[in-house]
Amino acid sequence: MTSGGQAVFEHVVSDTTLAARAPWSQRIRAGQHLHVIDLEGNQAVDFLVYSADDPIERYSAADTMSAQGNVYLTTGSVLRSNEGRPLMTIVTSNVDRHDTVGGACSRESNSLRYGHHTNHQHACVDNFLHELAQRGMGKHDLVPNVNFFMNVPVEGDGSLGIVDGISGPGKSVELRAEMDVIVVVSNCPQINNPCNGFNPTPVRMVVSASG
Amino acid sequence: MTTTGTTDGARAHARAQADAAIAEYWRTVPLEEPDVIWRETVEQGNYAVRVLPRGARLRLSDPAGDTCVQLLVFNHHQRAERLNVADTVKVQWQAYLGEGQLLLSDMGRTLMSIEHDTSRGHDTFNAMSNRAWNAEKYSSDGLYDHAPNARDLLTVALSKAGLTRRDVAPAVNLFKSVIVEPDGAFRWEGDQSPPGGEVVLRADMDVLVALAVTPHVLDPRAEYRASPLHIEARAGAPAPADDSIRTSSPEALRAFENVDDWYRGRPAALVGVTP
Repeated sequence: MTSGGQAVFEHVVSDTTLAARAPWSQRIRAGQHLHVIDLEGNQAVDFLVYSADDPIERYSAADTMSAQGNVYLTTGSVLRSNEGRPLMTIVTSNVDRHDTVGGACSRESNSLRYGHHTNHQHACVDNFLHELAQRGMGKHDLVPNVNFFMNVPVEGDGSLGIVDGISGPGKSVELRAEMDVIVVVSNCPQINNPCNGFNPTPVRMVVSASG
Repeated sequence: MTTTGTTDGARAHARAQADAAIAEYWRTVPLEEPDVIWRETVEQGNYAVRVLPRGARLRLSDPAGDTCVQLLVFNHHQRAERLNVADTVKVQWQAYLGEGQLLLSDMGRTLMSIEHDTSRGHDTFNAMSNRAWNAEKYSSDGLYDHAPNARDLLTVALSKAGLTRRDVAPAVNLFKSVIVEPDGAFRWEGDQSPPGGEVVLRADMDVLVALAVTPHVLDPRAEYRASPLHIEARAGAPAPADDSIRTSSPEALRAFENVDDWYRGRPAALVGVTP
């Protein structure tokens, strides 16, 4: 496939342009592919994935990192569940690496990081909770997530932080579902750090029947 | 010698067993130690769960130098609020836990502070073991055998506090250190913990703590091995306004301000809550 906002996909199941700051969720069947396209560049896409049959089996950043022995997600990374099973695999990525350490922004963590005045700003946790609620799930089901296109280097002394992105317009990541899954997404509304270049923008989500 | 063929005999037999028990593993604290609110030794493949009042000091010690603890923490009053490992490392700009750092909830509050730490480090990245992991590594079939996994242990522990499998969120691994190399790869440092290391956690809210003692998932040894954890908790005072951890960074200060705000108008602290 070619990447980019204008890219044409075959066997399209759904093709959605997600507005800046918006949530999204969709059931994706085993074997189907999800293409996440950063239309304008440096837009963090907060991402969770649940087993469709038993949503208590859900993405586990820790199991994913332990199994691959590395904190960064890249081509070939297997997104694993809390039971250690593959939920999805990153089959291609034209951004070097993605984050799964930094979690999602929330009103509450914003208040710690940027000051109490940010407490009423829209945040990824609100998007996640809104979207989970449509499917009968809630806060107990919310765990640390994947951040596609977000750059969180971990330094030798353990220092870490969200720094300037390494994505660009039209960059993309493609995942294959390894079981029937529900993906839940927040197109990150953060404006207080560089994860969205201080300017949240739309992204495109394409589900195709195969690679 | 009793016989268990009758109810009288079975009762006498049952009652005689406590006389032979090993005192170190007794859970009940004698009445003459009113400051001590919890004392327990947890061996490998086991768990503990407890509510601690705000201000309590939880001392976790590793007398033999080879324990590994998977720790979960919740706001006792509102158990949808729990330890968030991602927020803990992101908000404090630091992945390696140590003295002076906070265990943050997903609601922007400090659940516990690391007041004292003589261990050789901890791990905020790696998983707790699950059934698949221990089947592969130790040929374990589940909770009942020689190599219980942390996830099943914590599921049972939390169930006793009214929570469910959904509440087994990412934990921190205490007493085993893992370093991240420049390329993101993990380097195991877990063998370096000295005997007698200890961590003292201050409860900054009324908390429910649940922990399991199981080998770290990156432990390179083929055998299932973790030495016993000693637990002792004592009642204490919450962080004062000039507390050195509270004032250590603007992020920490706001995490305590959010706690103060939550407690405004609520009773000061819990006494005698179970489990």
